Amino acid sequence: MAQTLYDKLWLSHVVRDFADGSSLIYVDRHLLHEVSTPQSFVAMDKRGLRARRPEANLAVADHAVPTVNRDKPIADPMAARQTARLIENVARHKIPYIALDDIRQGIVHVMGPEQGFTLPGITLACGDSHTSTHGAFGALAFGIGASECGIVMATQALVQRKACNMKVVLKGAMPPGLTTKDIALKLIATVGANGAAGHAIEYVGPALADMGMEARMTLCNMAIEAGARVALIAPDATTFAWLKDRPMAPKGDLWEAALAYWQTLRSDADASYDREVEIDLEGLAPHATWGTSPEDALPIDAPIPDPALDANPQRGARHKKALDYMGLRPGQRLEGLPVDVVFIGSCTNGRLADLQAAAAVLKGRRVQEGVRAIVVPGSGLVKAQAEAQGLDHIFKQAGFEWRDAGCSMCVAMNGDTIAPGERCASTSNRNFEGRQGKGGRTHLMSPAMAAAAAVTGTLTDVRKLEALA
Amino acid sequence: MITPLTRITSRAAYFPETNIDTDIIFPARYLLRLEREGLGECAFRDRRFTSEGAEIADFPLHRDGWRGAQAIVAGPGFGCGSSREHAVWALVDFGIRLVIAPDFGDIFAGNAVKNGLLVLRLPKEVCDDLGRKADEGAQFELDMQAQTLCVDGMKVCDLGLSEEVQQAFLNGWDETDVILNRDLPAIEAFESGHKLRQPWLFA
Repeated sequence: MAQTLYDKLWLSHVVRDFADGSSLIYVDRHLLHEVSTPQSFVAMDKRGLRARRPEANLAVADHAVPTVNRDKPIADPMAARQTARLIENVARHKIPYIALDDIRQGIVHVMGPEQGFTLPGITLACGDSHTSTHGAFGALAFGIGASECGIVMATQALVQRKACNMKVVLKGAMPPGLTTKDIALKLIATVGANGAAGHAIEYVGPALADMGMEARMTLCNMAIEAGARVALIAPDATTFAWLKDRPMAPKGDLWEAALAYWQTLRSDADASYDREVEIDLEGLAPHATWGTSPEDALPIDAPIPDPALDANPQRGARHKKALDYMGLRPGQRLEGLPVDVVFIGSCTNGRLADLQAAAAVLKGRRVQEGVRAIVVPGSGLVKAQAEAQGLDHIFKQAGFEWRDAGCSMCVAMNGDTIAPGERCASTSNRNFEGRQGKGGRTHLMSPAMAAAAAVTGTLTDVRKLEALA
Repeated sequence: MITPLTRITSRAAYFPETNIDTDIIFPARYLLRLEREGLGECAFRDRRFTSEGAEIADFPLHRDGWRGAQAIVAGPGFGCGSSREHAVWALVDFGIRLVIAPDFGDIFAGNAVKNGLLVLRLPKEVCDDLGRKADEGAQFELDMQAQTLCVDGMKVCDLGLSEEVQQAFLNGWDETDVILNRDLPAIEAFESGHKLRQPWLFA
């Protein structure tokens, strides 16, 4: 029977099936960070369990680490304690760890692919919902809870239920000024923030062939914001070229053997999907969010909907609450809305191509007075590459703070926060209430759009800014 | 460590809004804690208390008669967002053992079952109706042995859990132990074959 890529990845990892429809799945790789694993190690230690295959794991601190003063000890005692605990735990279990002062340190979903820890055809789990990112390589990758992190380390397996197949067709070519962040926001607005729950998304369409790995990672990263725990893009020549010679990628004959297998990783032509959604790229405008759910996304020039007119009263009620929280009115346009803070970074948009896109907008321009703008590279390597290209100068000359790598203002648990009522143009993935700090107001958008907001001090259609230049 | 779930007899608090995410259930600033115990005080923190620390009276679980309720009826998308298991630990520590909604965040739902929190998917019309009844103070009765949910004495549905899942709830079994006791030989057998098929993953 014809199979989808997801079917193939799933079937090649089934250890056994259970009567209730769930299966035991072998997990090839596990990424760990400091926030979701302290309790996992407690559960293992209590049972006297050891990591079954320490080398199948890779640990790094990213969520709670400061992005300034990295030569000094972590100032927040709780964050310091959490990172220290990770170091103790991985040492005891002989799990490889990338230290804070190592140039490879970075956000798990930036560092993993960079190191070649992420490979096509594997199952990869991590105690972080944005693990869907790694699906950009044709890996079956999904976020798990802390209990499951312990189970993976101890057994190399997880009980899971196979998801339904959902095909997301990107129709047409990428218009100028559009990014995969805009496509992701459009998709989430179309299906809803939990609309793809229970589904594994596979992106298909001619536009993918011309996309770099970073753009693909952004697309897969945001799938969880549509509810899909798994997102996939079939690996191709771009994928293989990106991975070749990465430190942890296979070498020599093993590379050749792996490559031969990876080239088979695609959906059969006649494979059937449970659901299909089409996103027409032609005429798609840059998007931004206005509310407190990623599904509250609109083209930058569109008016904010009126909750009173919503056909779904529950959604209308949530929208009303969201508008109050965001300090906005129905009918108001996002374009021209003043911002206080601009954040460029995160596992969604903290890679080299993202920084290049933002720098291209910022070159020769200045951040509007009164706007606090920070850029947080996704990893130490991204930072070094950006510096080698002189991007740090462009950012600094424009008035941005140039930080060290981490999750920073995306999850706002490392001290990088926005104040109550402050409005932030952010390249992160969630605009939930309080996500960037209690009472903070988040508008999600692409790096180029965030850079444009920094320059004008208001939410701006980056295409117009380009035209002005 | 997991408290068995045999029976609930309780009012239910109604949260009609869509997409109550895990940041609402468990704000990120508490994620620096290293423990999984005692997190109930963080549950819905910013919905329960003002910035000044005053209790918000109209929070569904603060209403007279609903304090200590063990069940929640929610809108679609409950638990969407982050993978933080803290959201489940906090709810359970707060006393919640049952959440009924049209659908849930996938990772949240997976975490729930590992911690004795039953998430029950019911059609949206049924959830809306149960929500109204919950607001009127109806008694929700869950019988894990019989696998039934009754509201004010009227049966709403069978739970439809597999026997394994039912037994895990009844006995407070932990999935780690289940896999260790049952599946290690199968994992070893799979691993040897996998090593031959994809040797580059074991180099």
